[in-house]
Amino acid sequence: MIPFQYARANDVADAIKQIATDPSAKFIAGGTNLIDLIKYDVEGPSRLIDISHLPLRSVEPTSAGGVLIGAMVPNTDLAYHPLIEQRYPLLSRAILSGASQQLRNMASTGGNLLQRTRCFYYYDTATPCNKREPGSGCSAIDGVNRINAILGTSEACIATHPSDMCVALAALEATVHVAGPAGARTIAFADFHRLPGNTPQRDTNLEPDEIITAIELPPKGFSANYSYLKIRDRLSYAFALVSVAAALELDGDTIKEARLALGGVAHKPWRSTAAEAALLGQRTDAAAFAKAADWLLHGAKGYGHNNFKIGLARRAIIRTLGQAARGTPQSNSDKKIR
Amino acid sequence: MARSGAANRVTRMATAPEKIPIRLTVNGNHMELTVAPWTTLLDALRDHLDLTGTKKGCDHGQCGACTVLVDGRRINSCLTLAVMKQGAEIITIEGLAHDGELHPLQQAFIDHDAFQCGYCTSGQICSAAGLIAEGKAKTADEIRELMSGNICRCGAYPNIVAAIQQAKERS
Ligand SMILES: Cc1cc2nc3c(=O)[nH]c(=O)nc-3n(C[C@H](O)[C@H](O)[C@H](O)COP(=O)(O)OP(=O)(O)OC[C@H]3O[C@@H](n4cnc5c(N)ncnc54)[C@H](O)[C@@H]3O)c2cc1C
Ligand code: SF4
Ligand code: FES
Ligand code: FES
Repeated sequence: MIPFQYARANDVADAIKQIATDPSAKFIAGGTNLIDLIKYDVEGPSRLIDISHLPLRSVEPTSAGGVLIGAMVPNTDLAYHPLIEQRYPLLSRAILSGASQQLRNMASTGGNLLQRTRCFYYYDTATPCNKREPGSGCSAIDGVNRINAILGTSEACIATHPSDMCVALAALEATVHVAGPAGARTIAFADFHRLPGNTPQRDTNLEPDEIITAIELPPKGFSANYSYLKIRDRLSYAFALVSVAAALELDGDTIKEARLALGGVAHKPWRSTAAEAALLGQRTDAAAFAKAADWLLHGAKGYGHNNFKIGLARRAIIRTLGQAARGTPQSNSDKKIR
Repeated sequence: MARSGAANRVTRMATAPEKIPIRLTVNGNHMELTVAPWTTLLDALRDHLDLTGTKKGCDHGQCGACTVLVDGRRINSCLTLAVMKQGAEIITIEGLAHDGELHPLQQAFIDHDAFQCGYCTSGQICSAAGLIAEGKAKTADEIRELMSGNICRCGAYPNIVAAIQQAKERS
């Protein structure tokens, strides 16, 4: 691998100080994305600041009735935590649908948010890519773009954000707690990831010298009516082509509140207020779900190889809403989609 | 910000990276070694400690051949920096047998013919040891799902699942 220096951060303040004094340094948590990218020479930090030992490993109820998750909590521990399994099973299922158990054991809550796209060209340093090398061009727009985005794209980049966990966090309206030289602040989940626009090299609104310290979940977990459906080329250990997080609050079979987020289709987890509003007051039937799907996919555009994603997403949304309404969430081990 | 390229890096590196001394407990033995910061745990085991039972398949987290147990949990050693595991307890395939007796998983893999070329096997067995310790897989479907991080190019999957079921029942 390519040479870099290594230092351990003693505490959050030390981590911020270290990153602020060396703009070419990077934090490392689980390492499952960063080490991979360094091996491909896509990332080239001069120094890695090890934050994996910071005491940000607790999952605790908040006084507001939600849950605060430390940024270093491994994905597995979060998915199996009783508070999450019982109150936010949508999050638990989404996490367990991603990667493999070995990777989930390593991956951190904060790192999951900051994983980079899996666009083939981003990984291939022999090809132009605006995300990797701003201004060099986008190879995917006219290239092999089967896995690329259909919503919120720009001329500069049609990459997707690959996380499953983030799709659930978007639907649950989590908040990201960050800290930097200017102090601590919180970022609403919807404002955390960015659309590519003219700056596809920036995935998020986190500043380079800021660290994620925690993720906060609001009280509402939708534990009765939810489902996470992930469609991919293999039944496990593969990134989503399309994924859907659906969460409903019902009064009989009338929808009182709806949350709907898509993964694998955009530069960030994709939501639409119009789609969620269209479900309010409706009966839980296929016609209402189809209408919401059309709103959520409003403006979707294929780039050739990925045209199939539009129809696939529409059907997946309808299925997932049905699973949520029936209270029969998609199982991660029984692969049949009912 | 994305910035990349080996060329940029050279100018940024003020001083040459130093090798770092680390202590690991590997299969119950205390080991002291000195590694470059970019040495993966996989390379430390194979090249520094001559424990070549742990295999390098993809070197990118995509196959599971490099699976070992760190502090009792299964991980991919190819995406783990050795320097980040200072003081950790590592179990590799070489550490599973005790007093000349095979680990129940090793015996079960033989009983069920759960391999052909054998390249994925040490990763499969270490991963299965992690899976049994986790206690989350009850059915064959759940074993398949929670073992999906271990690819077998020979396609020995049905026998691998049967072997794990046998070892699970006897553990
Ligand atoms: C083969 C493979 C398959 C995968 N499949 C899936 C999948 O199906 N679904 C899915 O969702 N994911 C998948 N993943 C991705 C995996 O979930 C991510 O790599 C992981 O979540 C990243 O977390 P980490 O702690 O390892 O991050 P790291 O690699 O340590 O860091 C990633 C980035 O985040 C920064 N960073 C980390 N923590 C912080 C922090 N607290 N504050 C500020 N910056 C920080 C680092 O500097 C780095 O730039 C897969 C990965 C692999 C290798
Ligand atoms: S889609 Fe984005 S990441 Fe992929 S090649 Fe184009 S600019 Fe690069
Ligand atoms: S060698 Fe580590 S996962 Fe393939
Ligand atoms: S036995 Fe050959 S790869 Fe599994």
